[in-house]
Amino acid sequence: MANEEVILQVKNLQTYFMVDEGIVKAVDGVSFDLHKGETLGIVGESGSGKSVTNLSIINLIPNPPGKIVGGEVLFRGKDLLKMPQDEIRQIRGNKISMIFQDPMTSLNPYLKVSTQMVETIMLHQKLDKKAAKEKAIEMLMLAGIPAPEKRIDQYPHQFSGGMRQRVMIAMGLSCNPEILIADEPTSALDVTIQAQILELMSDLTKRLGTAVILITHSLGVVAGTCDTICVMYAGRIVERGRTADIFENPRHPYTQGLIRSVPRIDKENAYRLYSIQGQPPNVIDLPDCCPFYPRCDRAMDICKKKYPVSVKAENGSAVSCWLYAEEH
Amino acid sequence: MSENDTTLLDVRDLKMHFPVGRAWRAKNKSYIYAVDGVNFKIKRGETLGLVGESGCGKSTTVRAVAQLYKPTGGEVMFKGQDLTKLKPAEMLKTRMNMQMVFQDPYASLNPRMTAGEIIGEPMEIYRKRHMLDKSKEECEERVEMLMERVGLSRFFKNRYPHEFSGGQRQRIGIARALALRPELMLCDEPVSALDVSIQSQILNLFKDLQQEFGLTYLFIAHDLAVIQYISDRVAVMYLGVIVETSKAKDLYKKPLHPYTQALLSAAPIPDPKIEAKRQRIILTGDVPSPDKQRPGCYFYDRCWKHMDKCLKCRPQLTEIEDGHEVACFLYDKG
Repeated sequence: MANEEVILQVKNLQTYFMVDEGIVKAVDGVSFDLHKGETLGIVGESGSGKSVTNLSIINLIPNPPGKIVGGEVLFRGKDLLKMPQDEIRQIRGNKISMIFQDPMTSLNPYLKVSTQMVETIMLHQKLDKKAAKEKAIEMLMLAGIPAPEKRIDQYPHQFSGGMRQRVMIAMGLSCNPEILIADEPTSALDVTIQAQILELMSDLTKRLGTAVILITHSLGVVAGTCDTICVMYAGRIVERGRTADIFENPRHPYTQGLIRSVPRIDKENAYRLYSIQGQPPNVIDLPDCCPFYPRCDRAMDICKKKYPVSVKAENGSAVSCWLYAEEH
Repeated sequence: MSENDTTLLDVRDLKMHFPVGRAWRAKNKSYIYAVDGVNFKIKRGETLGLVGESGCGKSTTVRAVAQLYKPTGGEVMFKGQDLTKLKPAEMLKTRMNMQMVFQDPYASLNPRMTAGEIIGEPMEIYRKRHMLDKSKEECEERVEMLMERVGLSRFFKNRYPHEFSGGQRQRIGIARALALRPELMLCDEPVSALDVSIQSQILNLFKDLQQEFGLTYLFIAHDLAVIQYISDRVAVMYLGVIVETSKAKDLYKKPLHPYTQALLSAAPIPDPKIEAKRQRIILTGDVPSPDKQRPGCYFYDRCWKHMDKCLKCRPQLTEIEDGHEVACFLYDKG
């Protein structure tokens, strides 16, 4: 990355959900830095805490049952978690905006696209209605929607899935945010549309200098779009580093297994795919050990007793695994 | 039997049109042409992968093959019998031989039945009608055997679906499909709802079962890498028609149809070095709605190699190389 300015710092974030069965430690000690203009990928399986991490960043965890019990989220030095409601609302949607997986549920089906976009822009940018609409049309044009001056007065159901996601991107970027959080933005889309949307996102964010946090379960998507990657497992980041380093030299057994278990179109696959044995853990009342050890083929005694410390390497990557810890 | 004993399923010009709109008594009904003339054959013990984007008619094809929909036209020859002409009682008998595995392991299992009941239900249905010569105890035993075979402990027999994870539920669905010892398994996106680490487990299970029981699969997926891994032959669908079929290896090495080329180039590869070097063919626009039959090629609007001819007549699936068929005028030598 050319720019080393850190705009978002997440420090030891902990988000728990109190449910009848016990405490779900959905996010348990997540830390990472986001630099200006960087695209950071968060990969993990369902239930690993990817989405909760990002909802916690913008303080949108439903309380109860959820609660951010610890940690800091520093946006330009200010802790978003301690900010009063009206102050964080100035940031949410304006400086930090979001795109969700299913564009149909995040757009209001009763309102025209223009109403929804103009509302956001007027609220955050102090523009009058006319100027806001012009801005909205300009953003839709950037997002590659043909005839935006006509389409803007249509309702969400009149757009196809890919087009709706374009509207969401246009809306998300309309206030020139510094950070765009995209939660599985292409998982509901077909491959050819996915390619369009990813290209559009990386193109636009590069042009506007927006940093992106991209949440996905697809290793292919992160390989093509992200500068850095965080791999999450059972509420924690188990490995973090530059995309090229992680794919070339994955160190955590989980990351290794994940990369090996994906069938490839560019290679001949073996008769049997590599697969990680067992099931992802239930995150209710997890003991303080490595959550991956029951599935790990290199598990040691210590793995059952203590959660591994994070070990940093020279290239800036970090891994939480006892295999790399010097002293036990 | 059919002229060729090794062909298990032969689908000829299958059509499935759904009427839409309010004017149900009107003469000029409008239709969704979900499947509009599909031809393919599956040999015994082979896996045919059906790939395409949402709305291209993959699932409808499979459901029409299983006679869950009454096809509008065409023939479905299964072991030499045309399924579209069978009476319900005969179909019930044939269905023992073809079972389905569905995409959503949450929606396809009855939440009020235990795992054991779900897996045993197909046997129960046929046993009650005296079409299956098995005692209740034998069925129970088979349920336990099946559970162990698909990787579930027999002690989970009395648990309900909500107590299982997605991958485990899919194993229940597979065990249920295996219960009647079918020859053909119709798998409608059985791994798309699963996580990466579970997906590879289930794919391996499919391969192992195929070898053990000599199963034939018609396998749907939208993930090209999954299709390449599981299939012997692949058929690519677009807007209700098959545009290309070939051996799995050939298709990925040498895609002929522009749509297949675009599809392959859009599929992400989990390797940043390769991704950085790749030249993508980014298709413009969306898949058009299948609400009208066009005279020309269905891919015309999005194709970057289209010619005048493509707008006027529809290319037919023709064999270009050994076992590699494509429906595109670019390869028309005549």
